[in-house]
Amino acid sequence: MSSADQYVAAAYGVFVVVVLVWVAVLAAKLSRLERETGELVQLARARPVAGEQADG
Amino acid sequence: MSNTKPSLTVLAWGAVALVALAAVMIFVVAPEDADQGFSQKIFYVHVPIALTAYACFGLGAWKAFRLLATRGERYDLESYTGVHLGTIFGVLTLVTGAIWAKASWGVWWTWSSNQLVLFLVLFLFYCAYFMLRFSVEPGPRRERISAVYALFGVALIPVSFFAIRLANDFIHPTVFTREGPQMTGEMFAAFCVSWASITLLAYVMYRVELAGKRTDANLRELREALQP
Repeated sequence: MSSADQYVAAAYGVFVVVVLVWVAVLAAKLSRLERETGELVQLARARPVAGEQADG
Repeated sequence: MSNTKPSLTVLAWGAVALVALAAVMIFVVAPEDADQGFSQKIFYVHVPIALTAYACFGLGAWKAFRLLATRGERYDLESYTGVHLGTIFGVLTLVTGAIWAKASWGVWWTWSSNQLVLFLVLFLFYCAYFMLRFSVEPGPRRERISAVYALFGVALIPVSFFAIRLANDFIHPTVFTREGPQMTGEMFAAFCVSWASITLLAYVMYRVELAGKRTDANLRELREALQP
């Protein structure tokens, strides 16, 4: 591999790596949002419904 | 109200297809440059990335202007996302530019090239945007301060873009002149496809990141509403 080939590979490689890092960061964020949504669903289910509260 | 924006899924697959087409155009169709040889292939990724960085900063500034003009809260996140992506593409511009400089000039960086220095100034200006934004409590005040800062930065874009022509820079190459692009038809076609693919990729990233940030904000509000 000549030095020109190495520089071209490095430039395109940096681009691919940065896009992959962005995807990984976003995947981590999505996973956090999924967990938080689950927690909020549980919180909402645990709350007494307005009608039930009035009946009780 | 109907959503007139194209589907994110369609755009994402379009970006994948365009990036693949760009790779074929760059490495198969476009001929090798007679002067720089194989290292000139860096041009097809470096220049579109730099133009995309300018576009993202410009988008961030436009959304900031919309926020100041209309007081629309949604523009704050849109402006922030534009600046964030501009910074990511700014890092890529500096890194791919340094690699190309080393391959062509034998140095990673030169302070004598006005365009390089002005791009670095623009990049650092927008890096400081995050320090400013996160040093102020969330709310309308932070939205306005961030918007004014993002709007000021847009003045640096034309200065950075035209610096090479204004200063008659002899180190940084001028490919697009008044006589048109200084390259063959195949090279220009490869450049256009590469530019389109990176612009579309950046737009997909913008939409995905914005959706994530909006969901995050909505969840925070929901948590506050649900917690006793």
